[in-house]
Amino acid sequence: MQMTTLRQDFLFLALFAIAVLTMPIWLDPLGANYPDLLQKFAIYGIFAIGFNILFGLTGYLSFGHAAFLGVGSYAAVWAFKLFSMNVVPALLLAMIVAGLFSAAIGYICLRRAGIYFSILTLAFAQMSYNLAYSVLTPITNGETGLQLSLQDARILDRTFGIDATGGIPFPNFFGLTMGGYGGFYFCAVLLIVCFFIALRIDRSPFGMMLRAIKSNQNRMAYTGFNTRPYAMTAFIISGMYAGLAGALLAATDPLAGAERMQWTASGEVVLMTILGGAGTLVGPIVGAGVIKYFENIFSAYNEGRLHAIFSFLPDGLENFFVTVTTPFVGEGWHLTLGIAFMLVVIFLPGGLMEGVRRIRSLFSRRKSKPEQAELAPAE
Amino acid sequence: MRTTVPMENTVLHIADVDKRFGGLHALSDIDLDVKEGTTHAIIGPNGAGKSTLLNVCIGRLAPDSGAVVFDGKTITGKRPYEINQMGIARVFQTAEIFPDLTLLQNTMIPAFAKRDGAFRLNAWPMVSRQREIQEEAEHWLQDVGLIEYKDRLASSLSRGDKRRLELAMGLVQHPRLLLLDEPTAGMSRHDTNATIDLLMKIKERGMTKVIIEHDMHVVFSLADRITVLAQGRIIADGKPEDVKGNPVVQEAYLGGTH
Repeated sequence: MQMTTLRQDFLFLALFAIAVLTMPIWLDPLGANYPDLLQKFAIYGIFAIGFNILFGLTGYLSFGHAAFLGVGSYAAVWAFKLFSMNVVPALLLAMIVAGLFSAAIGYICLRRAGIYFSILTLAFAQMSYNLAYSVLTPITNGETGLQLSLQDARILDRTFGIDATGGIPFPNFFGLTMGGYGGFYFCAVLLIVCFFIALRIDRSPFGMMLRAIKSNQNRMAYTGFNTRPYAMTAFIISGMYAGLAGALLAATDPLAGAERMQWTASGEVVLMTILGGAGTLVGPIVGAGVIKYFENIFSAYNEGRLHAIFSFLPDGLENFFVTVTTPFVGEGWHLTLGIAFMLVVIFLPGGLMEGVRRIRSLFSRRKSKPEQAELAPAE
Repeated sequence: MRTTVPMENTVLHIADVDKRFGGLHALSDIDLDVKEGTTHAIIGPNGAGKSTLLNVCIGRLAPDSGAVVFDGKTITGKRPYEINQMGIARVFQTAEIFPDLTLLQNTMIPAFAKRDGAFRLNAWPMVSRQREIQEEAEHWLQDVGLIEYKDRLASSLSRGDKRRLELAMGLVQHPRLLLLDEPTAGMSRHDTNATIDLLMKIKERGMTKVIIEHDMHVVFSLADRITVLAQGRIIADGKPEDVKGNPVVQEAYLGGTH
């Protein structure tokens, strides 16, 4: 964390906002310009920002954050069913429920640190996942997942005379429907707001205390700090971010299933944060983007697509390259991701953002323009 | 527990403290008064129980019996952060700093603890706008001679410089009582003398200090009173000149360790 001025931070925020809002333009050549994927970039970006406040800043590695994502989804769908198809009550309810849920889990898990904390969070998340399938079926609708139906109460909508005519209504923000690009821009604006809040936390005394806890928790106690409420607050904030992300998943695709809470989903956000750069502001969002990109784009490649890519080569070479690359695409996208992750962790322990920083310092040294580096206080 | 009434200007009163580690009697029957505004040195051979005594004072260890009274309030059994908030700061022997933060941040953090208490959700204002805290931190970094490195990471410092940073972290809190665990260990002679000068300057401002030290030059430059520990017991206690000539002390230092 550097000491930055307000002006630098606003410049940084403006650049970030432009980059996010123009995603449909600059992701087009990469083949990622379709609304479903863009929405996922923004939503998982929010999830990762929140996770980073706990893991990147405070140093507590939670292996159970998907539980809050799932809880947020369920709460949002219930809000759609009970109150309104407007997303505002759904998002609020999801954040409140996820906040309470994380307060309860954090209260217990934060009694331990290090690996024990991680295992406790993992245990709680798996417990939530299994309960969603069994005891809590009345709330979660078990394996089928929680879905909307025509018979839903939607008290607020009915009171204000907004009634469903023909078919189940779609979640909307005062008329702006959550599907397609509308949904993306809504999520993108929330991503920018969430990013701004994380930025302020990062630059605040509170954020400095979180970093100090990560650096030397014992010393914090002898310095006069009660570290438990600090870690607890970080835990709840990141739980609420996850709840918001879960609610947005439900808003753009109105159903909630327990698989969202599975440990693989918890692991995914850990990968995103480390891949992008734990403790940096932009890194986790970049990591989320890269992983979602791999998941959606690389997995869609097939042999035909590869033949098209390598068609400029002579036949023999073309076949050779196709054979060599086939295991890495389609079903094999996990393999590519795994290799990329290992390379990053080994050669860039600070994540992709460390790579960016190295390249930038290389350039600023070559051009001997030190102010260039100062301009980006991001990482 | 025997009730010994602490004298009026006693800041720290250690009453009959006992501490065992298994078969080792680390502290036995320690009775000690630290007077307001004085520099009280605790000396003794290795393993005499000096660090154990400090650890009892800051709540890192709980005594088996006896009590530590600070400012008329019993602090035994309190959590380390509560004890610090009451006004006891400690400078650690093995530099306990925040290695991943800059020197300025390392020094600002204790200042925040002093201003904001044990917990405050101060998550919106920016650190860079906390001018008073920053100036206070810079002032002490200046005094310990580290101001030119204020934006460096603390992990990049040499051992001696880490000790100086520790000192700044303790002083920035303006504690009622400062516990110094071998503040000059690992420092060059030049830095040691600079540290003595700094501690003399603070003494003029009336900060009470307990100092553990091996370097007799430091002890006799600073101490108003000296307590000598050996094998967990107080074997001498008094003014520096009295302790210096005490045959029991000579014995403990020269005969006891060899």
